[in-house]
Amino acid sequence: MSIQVKNIHKQFGAFTALDDITLDFPTGELVALLGPSGCGKTTLLRIIAGLEQADSGQILLDGDDASSTHVRERQVGFVFQHYALFKHMTVFDNVAFGMRMKPRGQRPSEAKIKDKVHELLKLVQLDWLADRFPSQLSGGQRQRIALARALAVEPRVLLLDEPFGALDAKVRKELRRWLRKLHDELHITSIFVTHDQEEALEVADRVVLMDHGKVEQIGTPEEVYRHPATPFVYGFLGSVNFFHGRVEGETVRVGDDTLPHEPHDFDHGAEVVAFARPHELDIDTDPASTAGIAARINRVLAFGVTARVELDGINGSTGQHFEVEITRERVLELGLKDGQAVRLIPSRLKVFEREGASA
Amino acid sequence: MAGATTMHLGGNHAARFENKAATSETPLVKWTILAIALTFFTVFLLMPLIAVFVEAFRKGWETYVTALVDPDALSAIKLTLLAAAVSVPLNLVFGVAAAWAIAKFEFRGKQFLITLIDLPFSVSPVIAGLVFVLIFGAQGWFGSWLIDNDIKIIFAVPGIVLATVFVTFPFIARELIPLMQAQGKEEEEAAVVLGAKGWQVFWYVTLPNIKWGLMYGVILTNARAMGEFGAVSVVSGHIRGQTNTLPLHVEILYNEYMFSAAFAVASLLALLALVTLVIKNWVEHQAARSYRDTQESAS
Repeated sequence: MSIQVKNIHKQFGAFTALDDITLDFPTGELVALLGPSGCGKTTLLRIIAGLEQADSGQILLDGDDASSTHVRERQVGFVFQHYALFKHMTVFDNVAFGMRMKPRGQRPSEAKIKDKVHELLKLVQLDWLADRFPSQLSGGQRQRIALARALAVEPRVLLLDEPFGALDAKVRKELRRWLRKLHDELHITSIFVTHDQEEALEVADRVVLMDHGKVEQIGTPEEVYRHPATPFVYGFLGSVNFFHGRVEGETVRVGDDTLPHEPHDFDHGAEVVAFARPHELDIDTDPASTAGIAARINRVLAFGVTARVELDGINGSTGQHFEVEITRERVLELGLKDGQAVRLIPSRLKVFEREGASA
Repeated sequence: MAGATTMHLGGNHAARFENKAATSETPLVKWTILAIALTFFTVFLLMPLIAVFVEAFRKGWETYVTALVDPDALSAIKLTLLAAAVSVPLNLVFGVAAAWAIAKFEFRGKQFLITLIDLPFSVSPVIAGLVFVLIFGAQGWFGSWLIDNDIKIIFAVPGIVLATVFVTFPFIARELIPLMQAQGKEEEEAAVVLGAKGWQVFWYVTLPNIKWGLMYGVILTNARAMGEFGAVSVVSGHIRGQTNTLPLHVEILYNEYMFSAAFAVASLLALLALVTLVIKNWVEHQAARSYRDTQESAS
């Protein structure tokens, strides 16, 4: 089932949680709503579920306006960050709950319910836990039970609110992969909220990036990572080095140094921020060189295949820290030492106009 | 209930605290504090309790039984049970409704409502009784209307029930509000998303989660309803065989120098209190256990 969000606006007192959001979630996709805490992603998910009312705007489920439909009738599956399992019920009763609450006419027989519960528990690979209580399960197991419970009512869409947020790093990674596999089997339209960019990029078909109640960018993980549309997206997805400067013809002047940059539609003298990822910077040890940005090596961390070099800016970018990722061989080849003055040469540079500076 | 939990959880903690040389006090300090506490306990709690039973049986079994099967005593027992039987279910409904409203919804004047619920605790029971006399008494607001329609509230059973309901009002609500607030709305939301209707959510999700707190509130309400003296005394009129509850009956017997009978009836109340305490302890134990489970599942 497709979900369309049209001009949704939500205000909490003076705080604008969602500012005129319009989005389209096509059938069968697994979409991540990604953003820092307080960006409105959870509120949007709760509005889609019907747990929260928007101040204005529409939610269309399969093309029908669901704004006035009660949560109960929306046929959504919702998975909470803290599981929200019924503490006083066994795993079996938790999963059976949705089916047992149906009106007498639509309620399946106990035998059917039993089959269905076991089928779902097998799907989440926890069939052997049917008689346990939630307090006897680990966090990862609880979240899988919560997912089985949500699937029991055969929802048309699955909404997950930071489903792995309360789990430790290792379990989170496992469950991520597992969720992706499950989605490939079920093909149910799913939206999950997360603040973990790695999680979003790894699991989702598409990523919706949000900040301050607005959508910043929508795209496949590849698209948003390779071609960030805004400085926010650039900074949010992975580590990044940035240089404040001014456009001077073909170059960006940063303090006393200049960076080459492809002709762009920036005016001469425009205040800009240039971004480069750690692996998009190279180090030049030639003392006579004047290309790139001057920096001093602070620390070289060379334990993995790739080495991380931490540097401090000098000449105009003083006080700034940079991070460069190069291969271990390259570190040895250059003979990098702590305290050495070098120059940073970006292989790729993304330039944005500085916010508020143009006005 | 919160107190109960701390006590249960405090056990291990205290032992560890005690066994560490750095944090343990000298034996002298320890024993002095213990002795003071035990003396207080004996003089102010244990002795009066023993005295009640000793005095009750001073003139032997027969006097004891006679005092209890006296028609006035029986009528007082009946009235006390009636007052409790009406006020407990009423407060059960009010208390759960108030706690539900406060814990699960946001509305204007919420803090004011919480304060209002505490009113019966802060106001003297005598004032509470007087309020009802002023409203429903012969000279009160509705006095003439009630007389015209031949309805008796003050100096009659309805007045006693009203006063009892008033003084016991906060017990259940007070017990449930923090509990329900701590539990939050997530389980209820999960139930609604799964298609449960309002009453199903309450019956299958909310109620099982609050049952021990609720039970505890009911026990306290019951204990207070049976033991209430001040408010009931003002509205009762002390008509023997008609508007006397057990505590009022004890007072009358005592004032008439029938000490053995007074203590015999008092021992009945004391016994009720002891039974209440035992049940209360058991409920606290259960509640602490379910609280621990909750903590585990939350971690």
